[in-house]
Amino acid sequence: MLKIDHIGKTYPNAVRALDGISLDVEPGEIVAVVGGSGCGKSTLLRLVSGLDNPTQGNVALDGDAITSPHEKIGIVFQEPRLLPWLTVAQNVGFGLADRPKAERAERVARQLDRVGLAEKANVWPRELSGGQAQRVALARALVMRPEVLLLDEPFSALDAFTRVDLQDHLLDLWADTRPTLIVVTHDVDEAIVLADRVMVMRPAPGRVFAEIEVDLVRPRDRQSAAYDFAKRRVMAALDRSLDKKITIDDGETRSEHGAAMWW
Amino acid sequence: MSLAEPTVAARAPRPLARYARPALGLILPVGLAAAWEIAVRMGLSDGRLVPPPSRIWATLTELAATGELQRHVAVTVGRVAAGFAFGVAAGTLAGALTGYSAFVRRLIDPSLQALRAIPSLAWVPLFILWLGIFESSKVTLIAVGVFFPVYLGVMGAVLSVDRKIVEVGRVFRLSGAQMVRRILLPAVLPAYVIALRQGLGLGWMFVVAAELLGASEGLGYLLVDGQQLGKPAQIVAAIVVFAVIGKITDWLLVAATAPFLRWEDRYARA
Repeated sequence: MLKIDHIGKTYPNAVRALDGISLDVEPGEIVAVVGGSGCGKSTLLRLVSGLDNPTQGNVALDGDAITSPHEKIGIVFQEPRLLPWLTVAQNVGFGLADRPKAERAERVARQLDRVGLAEKANVWPRELSGGQAQRVALARALVMRPEVLLLDEPFSALDAFTRVDLQDHLLDLWADTRPTLIVVTHDVDEAIVLADRVMVMRPAPGRVFAEIEVDLVRPRDRQSAAYDFAKRRVMAALDRSLDKKITIDDGETRSEHGAAMWW
Repeated sequence: MSLAEPTVAARAPRPLARYARPALGLILPVGLAAAWEIAVRMGLSDGRLVPPPSRIWATLTELAATGELQRHVAVTVGRVAAGFAFGVAAGTLAGALTGYSAFVRRLIDPSLQALRAIPSLAWVPLFILWLGIFESSKVTLIAVGVFFPVYLGVMGAVLSVDRKIVEVGRVFRLSGAQMVRRILLPAVLPAYVIALRQGLGLGWMFVVAAELLGASEGLGYLLVDGQQLGKPAQIVAAIVVFAVIGKITDWLLVAATAPFLRWEDRYARA
């Protein structure tokens, strides 16, 4: 089980990106993290992945404290980040360098087949479309058989059709080994389609504002009333998470002040 | 598939275009040389100080017949090769260390930059005092010339490796050595090749300087000899040989590294 225990992150320039986030994620659970920009969503993933360390609290996977990248935790970034000097197959097998050649070839071939890119095994990354490249990045992470897979706005750079396609594809791949997924996104639809639980964050510093269970059977019908209802709940929570800030800042005075500045 | 065929056919260069395109670059030099040859033959100039191509060619064949040309070329190429090897080795090592470690960079980069500001020819008297007038001082001068572009190129390339790609290496928990071998080296390779080509160009520049300042053989010696004995054809012949060998070595360098750079997503592939 992944345990995130009261973690906070203050950068050396005194910016508090995250404050007191706690989250327990069951094996095989899919959690979506949504929130406005600058609410520390990506920072949260970087702390869980071990790429950065929290300044307070700690992250543990099955009792193992995470202080640096861990073999059971995989991550897919917003950009594919493929290595341009390796072929697609070599990119997918990048983390398997220490395995016997036959095993590596077999696992890479199977994973490429699972993401539907078997025929692209020997091409350079520059020849792939954005969606294909992101699928290769997914395959590169999944071929390691991670217990936890972190996805940082994985489909946000893709067009709407490819995005929906890849969301379904991700769920299909998830069903193979059922890793824990934490998906950071700013797309509420993406959160509802994928997640068992949606964490709504609020900014400055990043905190959890609301936690919404999405109890719908998969595959989820994007047109159903239940889907719509879940979406509205998340949207409402998101609105409130931002409203709060305005009442604190006192919007009225602010705008008058701003107007004076303009003149 | 049938739809794709015409595109493939259209992309394959026609035999004529394949030879015509490189030939385009020959029009200007060949045209000028031919014009000058005709001018001298017609008596418009005696061609004493600027010898026509035929006389340069005659000088070259004469020098080649006695084996003199081959000897001078071999000596010069040997000096460039030795100086290039030392310069590249030192420049790569220093560039990689300063690029990789901020501490080493702060420690030695200011000194190296200060040394770089010294015109390299200013070292010549010192090198001759230290190392004598024979090969060592010449090779050292060439190595110094090669060192700086390679050093700067490698350091700059390592410093500008994309953080996001390095993070991929961290996610897969590469050790320091693995990070260098599997991420940093391939990432800097395109810039490294450019640094090597610049280094090689400077190597050829400095071999001439070294040979002009005192040598009994080598292409630079042919230049001095031609000047002292008033043989402009020999000077131009030596210059032509420099141009040809310089171009060939550069081409060899590019050809040798091209297989490692096929992955590049470049603006110009042709």
